[in-house]
Amino acid sequence: MQGLLDGYDKGPYFCELMDCAAHDPAVALIAERLSKMDPEELCRRAAIAEVELFNQGITFTVYSDKDAIDRILPFDLIPRVLTAQEWDGLERGVRQRVAALNAFIWDVYHDQKILKDGIVPAHLVLQNANYRPEMVGLNVPHGTYVHVCGVDIIRDQHGEFLVLEDNARTPSGVSYVLENRTLMRRIFPDLMDGIAVKPVGSYGIMLQAALAEIAPPHINDPQVVLLSPGIYNSAYFEHIFLAREMGVPLVEGNDLIVKDAHVFMRTTAGLAPVHSIYRRLNDDFLDPDVFRPDSTLGVRGLIDAWRRGNVAIANAVGTGVADDKAIYAYMPRIIRYYLDQEPILKNVETHICGEPEGLAYTLANLEKLVVKPVGESGGYGLIIGPHASAAEIEAFRAQLQADPANYISQPMIGLSVSPTLVGQKLAPRHVDLRPFSITGRKTWVLPGGLTRVALREGSLVVNSSQGGGSKDTWVLE
Amino acid sequence: MSAHLEHRSRSPLLLSRYAEALFWLARYMERIENLARILDVTDTFVRHGADQSGWRSVIQINADEKRFTEKYGAANADNVAHFYLVDRENPTSILSSLFAARENARTLRPLISTEMWGQINVFYNKVRLLTAADAAPSRVSGLCAYLKESCQAHAGITDGTFYRDQSWAFYCIGKYIERGDQTSRLVDIKYHTLLPHVDDVGTEVDVSQWNALLRAASGYHAYRRIHPSGMTPSSVAGFLLMNHSFPRSITLCVHQIEIYLSQLSSGYGLRGAYAAQEQLDELRAALMDQSIQQILSRGLHEFLDWVQLQFIGLQNVMAANFWRPVEASQSQSQSQG
Repeated sequence: MQGLLDGYDKGPYFCELMDCAAHDPAVALIAERLSKMDPEELCRRAAIAEVELFNQGITFTVYSDKDAIDRILPFDLIPRVLTAQEWDGLERGVRQRVAALNAFIWDVYHDQKILKDGIVPAHLVLQNANYRPEMVGLNVPHGTYVHVCGVDIIRDQHGEFLVLEDNARTPSGVSYVLENRTLMRRIFPDLMDGIAVKPVGSYGIMLQAALAEIAPPHINDPQVVLLSPGIYNSAYFEHIFLAREMGVPLVEGNDLIVKDAHVFMRTTAGLAPVHSIYRRLNDDFLDPDVFRPDSTLGVRGLIDAWRRGNVAIANAVGTGVADDKAIYAYMPRIIRYYLDQEPILKNVETHICGEPEGLAYTLANLEKLVVKPVGESGGYGLIIGPHASAAEIEAFRAQLQADPANYISQPMIGLSVSPTLVGQKLAPRHVDLRPFSITGRKTWVLPGGLTRVALREGSLVVNSSQGGGSKDTWVLE
Repeated sequence: MSAHLEHRSRSPLLLSRYAEALFWLARYMERIENLARILDVTDTFVRHGADQSGWRSVIQINADEKRFTEKYGAANADNVAHFYLVDRENPTSILSSLFAARENARTLRPLISTEMWGQINVFYNKVRLLTAADAAPSRVSGLCAYLKESCQAHAGITDGTFYRDQSWAFYCIGKYIERGDQTSRLVDIKYHTLLPHVDDVGTEVDVSQWNALLRAASGYHAYRRIHPSGMTPSSVAGFLLMNHSFPRSITLCVHQIEIYLSQLSSGYGLRGAYAAQEQLDELRAALMDQSIQQILSRGLHEFLDWVQLQFIGLQNVMAANFWRPVEASQSQSQSQG
């Protein structure tokens, strides 16, 4: 009988399954089981998964005039598998990265040694839109600013893990990690049979514990809440999920009120004190007294209560200065500077055009590089050399030379692939990985993370808005 | 005493916003079930020629005469079924009520069981896709059976999975206010459609019409059990208003509300419940202190009108004390607590 993986061609990329199956017997067993699957049976199960996600409301909602249409994040039921050894490196790498991020944020809001020592150019920090002067001199419990971190990691042709981006503000997606596992156990138990996979179910407990650790120290049994922008937010399902997993109320801005610099929630028994807030609201919306005065999602007086130590907020305000593209380029140096260690997870090779050698290299190799503007400009002004015309490259060259400090450049990375159900076949599709870490006193990393997959053939874009889906991520014991 | 306090300290707090959403979730689900019953029974009886005014009275029960006439004109099976089953522009349609129930359930997802949410979600998504053809006269009865069963599934799942703390009491209070209100509207409209003259009270009338009224409230068999012979308007009205054991009677609903309010005040120490208990006292007294004959001779319509106002008053007291308290009273309750 023809196996499902017999004609599978991974192309010039690293394959998460086949390249690991070569040297890991458990991965080989998974590949063999997959290959023996009846394609029709696979499709039947995929259809069940889709219906379950929809019926359970594991969805984001698109609101129109008088209706609410639910959409699911497409789910591919072929898991992405990480060996124990691969995970060990990833876990240590994420811990190191989070430690460096927290040390960096503490420093830029206190002594600014790293700026004075010239390791990171001061203007990149002080003139960054996400730098919050309100944070200067403020001490946060355990020096933790980034309580929940999602580090986006890709894998190159050689199988090496590289960090693409740090998400230190309000990273999302962790609910899919847990829900995907629940779904897999229900519809694909025979694939996992006898294979020891690290569980993911304790995320809510760990998050609740970290939030209790950062609450004001004199409080015995701190009241933790999750602050959500409400049912119209596209991540509302995740907010619900996390509130349930933690066993804490999901509150909206109007449920909270600040009196005498203390935060309370409105309950049927009157006002009840709140000690620790996991907020899924951007800095800008948190407190109309301090940030956007037109915000109705936040709570007036919240930042004052926080500054006085009467309530904890996770993640802290002002972490956006550390996950900016401009700072990303300096992360290897930031890790060395604070931790005196070599980075365990490398960055994608990045050339800082604000430095002479970086600029020279970039100008000489424009047709091979992806050049991105730093700071606030996001996707604007980015050029992908291999896809650009000669004229576009020359126009860009002038732009780059006019303001080199505004750019970084990186080589094109051929993201690793993973077998994915396409029609009735398994075909290679590009994937990335977002592990999630939780930090109160110490850092804990959820085994695995969110694997996003670009479902369109050849696409390197894993974002859900552009045809991305997700997979269950297995970390083998 | 200490055991009592311990019980209270372990009982989780309930956000005011959740209390309101629970109250309304229960009301909307109850409303859907009642409307489905009324449509189903009307369909049956109009079909058998027993009650030609049936479709118009459904519109009267819901006080929708003006909106309905503007959009549809004649009150016939096609129009009324469409208006109440699938018209998303009609705020009193089952589709609109279910949308509202689901939005409340969505707000409550952190609190309610996943089974409760899943069932409402699937229910709504099915009803959302219904077309005019699904509400055609030949399908009304089958569709209403499905709607009733789905509401009953909701009730069963809620009964079997929802954690019994104060949130359960808020849910039940919403449910019984809606149910009591619906029964009062049903009796009010039907009674006067069937019996326009007070002089006719107590006389034997066309039995099939009283059948319809009892069946709309799912009370026919229960009524027969306690009144095996004969059927008079006053005994039917008395049954639906004052029976202590019939689950849809106004008296039973009021009694249930009383039980849950007292749980809130003495079980959970919620001061806000006192005002609601006071508000309910008058309604309870009015049902206990007079016979159905007295009510009928003083004017049933006036009485039921008053009952409906009492329910509205109760809802307002709940809102003012639990989910829309003025800031001042809140800080006061805080400093006293």
